[in-house]
Amino acid sequence: MNVQKSANAPIKGAVNSDLRHDSAIKHVTGRAEYCDDIAEPIGTLHAYLGLSTKAHALLRDVDLSAVRAAPGVVGVLTADDIPGVNDVSPTGRNDEPIFATEKVEFWGQPMFAVVAETRDAARRAAKLAQITYEDLPHALDPEAAQEAGMGYVTPPLTLKRGEAESAMSKAAHRIKGKLRVGGQDHMYLEGHIAFAIPGEDDDVIVHSSTQHPSEAQHMVAHVLSVPSNAVTINVRRMGGGFGGKETQMNLFCSVAAVAAKKWNRGVKIRPDRDDDMSATGKRHDFVIDYEVGFDDDGVIEAVTGDFAARCGFSSDLSGPVTDRALFHADNAYYYPNVLLNSHPMKTNTVSNTAFRGFGGPQGVIAAERIMEEIAYHRRLDSLEVRKRNFYGDNGRDVTPYHQTVEDNIAPRICQELEDSADYRARRQAILEWNAKGGTIRKGIALTPVKFGISFTATWYNQAGALLHIYSDGSVHLNHGGTEMGQGLNTKIAQIVADELQVDFDMIKITKTTTEKVPNTSATAASSGSDLNGMAARDAARQIKERLVAFAAEHWKTDADAVRFLPNAVQVGDEIMSSRDFIKQAYMARVHLSAAGFYKTPKIHWDRETGQGRPFYYYAYGAACSEVSVDTLTGEYRVERTDILHDVGKSLNPILDVGQVEGAFIQGMGWLTTEELWWDAQGQLRTHAPSTYKIPLASDRPRIFNTNLATWSENKEHTMKRSKAVGEPPFMLGISVFEALSHAVASIADYRECPRLDAPATPERVLMAVERLKG
Amino acid sequence: MTTRSEIRFVLNNRDVTLDTVSASDTLLDFLRIDRRLTGTKEGCAEGDCGACTVLVGRLQNGVLRYEPVNACIRLTASLDACHVVSVEYLSGPNGKLHPVQQAMVDHHGSQCGFCTPGFVMSLYALWMGNPEPSETEIETALQGNLCRCTGYEPIIKAAKAVTAHGSPADDALTLERAAMTAKLAQLRDGKRVEVSSGGSRCILPASVDDLAEVLLETPDATIIAGATDVGLWVTKFLRDISPVVFLSHLDELRQLDVTEDEIKIGAGVSYTDSRTAMSDDYPHLAAFWDRIAGWQIRSMGSIGGNIANGSPIGDTPPVLIALGASITLRKGGVRRTIPIEDFFIDYGKQDISKGEFLESISVPRPAKDTIHAAYKISKRRDEDISSVCAAFNVTVEGGTITAARIAFGGMAATPKRAAHAEAALVGAAWSEAALIAAAQRLGDDFSPLSDWRASSDYRLQVSKNLFRKFWLDQQSDTATNRLSA
Repeated sequence: MNVQKSANAPIKGAVNSDLRHDSAIKHVTGRAEYCDDIAEPIGTLHAYLGLSTKAHALLRDVDLSAVRAAPGVVGVLTADDIPGVNDVSPTGRNDEPIFATEKVEFWGQPMFAVVAETRDAARRAAKLAQITYEDLPHALDPEAAQEAGMGYVTPPLTLKRGEAESAMSKAAHRIKGKLRVGGQDHMYLEGHIAFAIPGEDDDVIVHSSTQHPSEAQHMVAHVLSVPSNAVTINVRRMGGGFGGKETQMNLFCSVAAVAAKKWNRGVKIRPDRDDDMSATGKRHDFVIDYEVGFDDDGVIEAVTGDFAARCGFSSDLSGPVTDRALFHADNAYYYPNVLLNSHPMKTNTVSNTAFRGFGGPQGVIAAERIMEEIAYHRRLDSLEVRKRNFYGDNGRDVTPYHQTVEDNIAPRICQELEDSADYRARRQAILEWNAKGGTIRKGIALTPVKFGISFTATWYNQAGALLHIYSDGSVHLNHGGTEMGQGLNTKIAQIVADELQVDFDMIKITKTTTEKVPNTSATAASSGSDLNGMAARDAARQIKERLVAFAAEHWKTDADAVRFLPNAVQVGDEIMSSRDFIKQAYMARVHLSAAGFYKTPKIHWDRETGQGRPFYYYAYGAACSEVSVDTLTGEYRVERTDILHDVGKSLNPILDVGQVEGAFIQGMGWLTTEELWWDAQGQLRTHAPSTYKIPLASDRPRIFNTNLATWSENKEHTMKRSKAVGEPPFMLGISVFEALSHAVASIADYRECPRLDAPATPERVLMAVERLKG
Repeated sequence: MTTRSEIRFVLNNRDVTLDTVSASDTLLDFLRIDRRLTGTKEGCAEGDCGACTVLVGRLQNGVLRYEPVNACIRLTASLDACHVVSVEYLSGPNGKLHPVQQAMVDHHGSQCGFCTPGFVMSLYALWMGNPEPSETEIETALQGNLCRCTGYEPIIKAAKAVTAHGSPADDALTLERAAMTAKLAQLRDGKRVEVSSGGSRCILPASVDDLAEVLLETPDATIIAGATDVGLWVTKFLRDISPVVFLSHLDELRQLDVTEDEIKIGAGVSYTDSRTAMSDDYPHLAAFWDRIAGWQIRSMGSIGGNIANGSPIGDTPPVLIALGASITLRKGGVRRTIPIEDFFIDYGKQDISKGEFLESISVPRPAKDTIHAAYKISKRRDEDISSVCAAFNVTVEGGTITAARIAFGGMAATPKRAAHAEAALVGAAWSEAALIAAAQRLGDDFSPLSDWRASSDYRLQVSKNLFRKFWLDQQSDTATNRLSA
């Protein structure tokens, strides 16, 4: 290879280029290894959970004799078998037992685990338990919980700015309403799984599909009563996470680890899909009571909101989730006077957890409902109302949590989308179509999103990475983030390739393991690339500094004369290949390994006062959706969606577009066909894809245009001025919900807000139509 | 009768002989656990997500056909004389990506990758039969595959691009076709097959007559055609279904004959294989048929099974009732034919005795002056179980309705005719008003349940509205009254 020539061509896989997912070929050939694909050591056992069949009951008698006696069974684990603490609550509230002891608090709560020679044997044995329950009254949803006085699972939050009450009373117009928003199952295609292998002393290695290896490590240590240094958690990749594997895997990791240590054999636990959906948490359902005061032009003067959430039986992440709902109850709009309260209700349901957006979508949809209410009241185009209420200058730039919005590009995004999607003409055509009075009605809506980026738990905004350069020039990269399909490893390898100026394929991306990078944060809050990319770059820069010092000394030149060219290094007039350069550095005993670190600057948050700067920056986007609704059946079609989304200066546009499209469809699913349905006894009856319906290929908009706002650059000093992308576009799905509402509103000539609850299943749509027919 | 006591099939390029197979053994576990072919994934274990999609090739009347199936509910014993193709077989010995795989890589069709092998297999099946599919055909082929990451857009783009990377004519399955046909023909030795494991028994009769005999010998047997329902008894309810008797391998029961008077459908004919005959006669059923489950299930599941399992929410019974179909039941050498609606007695109770089996379904050819429609109402448009299914068959002579057969699913404990509504129509003028008036009688016909699919109120309301929709759909200008396909 001609070094000079290679140094003139850019590296392969640089930042800002459309590089495919690093595992793409393994994905399509079936060679990508997931936790359940790992070859099992001889003697591997399989654990299966025994789940409650009551929503709330005392455990009068737990007879597991038939379970123990079943074919292939090695033993049973109950709370008594846990060496440490019978608790996996991620926030240290000690309110989430692995195995219920005196009572069960939701249908599907684990009470024991059976361990057997095969998964099938364990699963069959688990059904043989004889449990005597004594029923207790149960409350399944936030309203029932409030009526029953169930209380909060975690302290509520209040956000307040201005004088909402007096401003409301002075407002020219006031509307009060209620919005019920359903939860959502993650429906990751790969379910929960953990596979523990015992080691010497206290050691245990757990392979798992978790978004939060460090927490799983700490939790397993807590449960085994061993130091964290005895526990290693490994994650090569997940078959989807979406937040569902942030805390929920702790239980599975713990059960596998306890069993592995007890029997000194490998132990794998993988629930059936039905049990996965029954026993693990989901997106929080919310009941939102809102009131808005506004003037004749539809400009808001005051907003109040009460956000009651179905948190389930324990706190899990319900505190930060319900906080984030309040943080996003403004979406992109300025509320001059505002009072928002969260009500994290305890319910006799599975403990709800993180899910893409983390409460944010439930806040945003309330803001959009308010816009809709004002629009129908003032007989305005809802987009016009949105524009009149956007954050702006002149004091109209402070959020309900007192953070100043410094990077507002929502107006520009919306204006560009309004033009490119031809919103005005299409809306006019729709009004004319609906005026014909046919049974198919159309609707259109353009909705923005502004989403705050950072963990609101400020200490989570840190990351580590470990980088080795071997003497042959190949690079081994490890960081604290986990790969769940989002292409995080690809992006971070691009960042390192860019920093070191070597081809992407020189970099080996390895599994995430707590052995290499300690005390990592969950790969969540859209933060994966922002945090871990910075940490990886820090590691690369440290090594580069050493290399520059080495080169300057070795070739007796200034540090300035050392330049990293594509796959080459120039020192003075001499250009050598990266490989040769690294070899020489090795021979000169340069330390070619570094641990990188990063913490997000600027952010702070005081939950007591409800003030601070919880977010480093905001990501923006907008979607315009058009739907057709059959007003005889409630069925509908999404005819067209146009998206313009802001990822700052994209690290990898094609992967970012994939995130945007996928998030939109997932958000649309949340608000359309994905319905969680509990029966009166408290059993979730939509617990598998046969009954729980996520979007299919044929549910995509008939025309679907997704674009990135290529002009956008992060105002903050993020990696190459990029922005986070995981969660923000999820809320673009709200455009479909609003468009459905618009179509339904035509029935009453747009005089009335249809007040659809979510998800807007064909049933809810038809019932709203019938209601408006009067 | 000579019997064989082993199951023989081909897995990719390997011959497989199994002498120990239980009734509940699934192909997915065989692949993943026994053979460590881990490219095929378990997502749901109920045939709804498609992560376990493989191709199964089988001979029908001597012709080798490959179909996508859900390995999770495909029972191993039913694979006798079949060719199972898993994702591992696609890239070939030289490691070169298959055209489907290359297109998926080029268009970024995978994110987390867990569903990807299943998509690859469905797209492979599509490309083999239809190298240049329309977008609708792609969506129809992918109804049985869930992806939670991509939003499907890149997968659709990949599906359109496959053909640019290669032709099915050069595909391994095409090149090996003659040899594989000969091999499978050889494996079909005409013997009854009986295998078992730990007392759990599987029987593959040698012929329909043999089936009749087996069922007399084993009247408590579970009869399995496609296993798309019974498969879940195994994977979800852990039920002991032994002994089982399979019937889908019997060409005689896969027979579909169109005569002057009737479409005669063998009990083992799949949804896929009945589509053309049904929609040729009844064009309104083309779109309806495509909304039954997903492609994998349509390839596995049979019309006979859809009837025989007695479900009140099967898609085909309301349609068949409205069309005036009859079914032939057989016990030993004795056959009886009854109107299909009489088969459904009550929830979980059908007019069938032990040892008896459903042999065929007869659908009358279209009568003159009849107007037809069929509607499926579900939470999600495709691959969902109906909240309400409705089928209309109204005879109009000289502007007057002279006969009406209107049947509903999801409205009662069985698929059932709307007798009061029908009575209200007969004798009335063919008009929107008559239909709307008849719809008001539905409350006398049905008191539907509320469950996770729909509330009682919605079921009744939408059923009434379908009468008006039926009218509007017959008008010349339907643009303002019908959703785009």
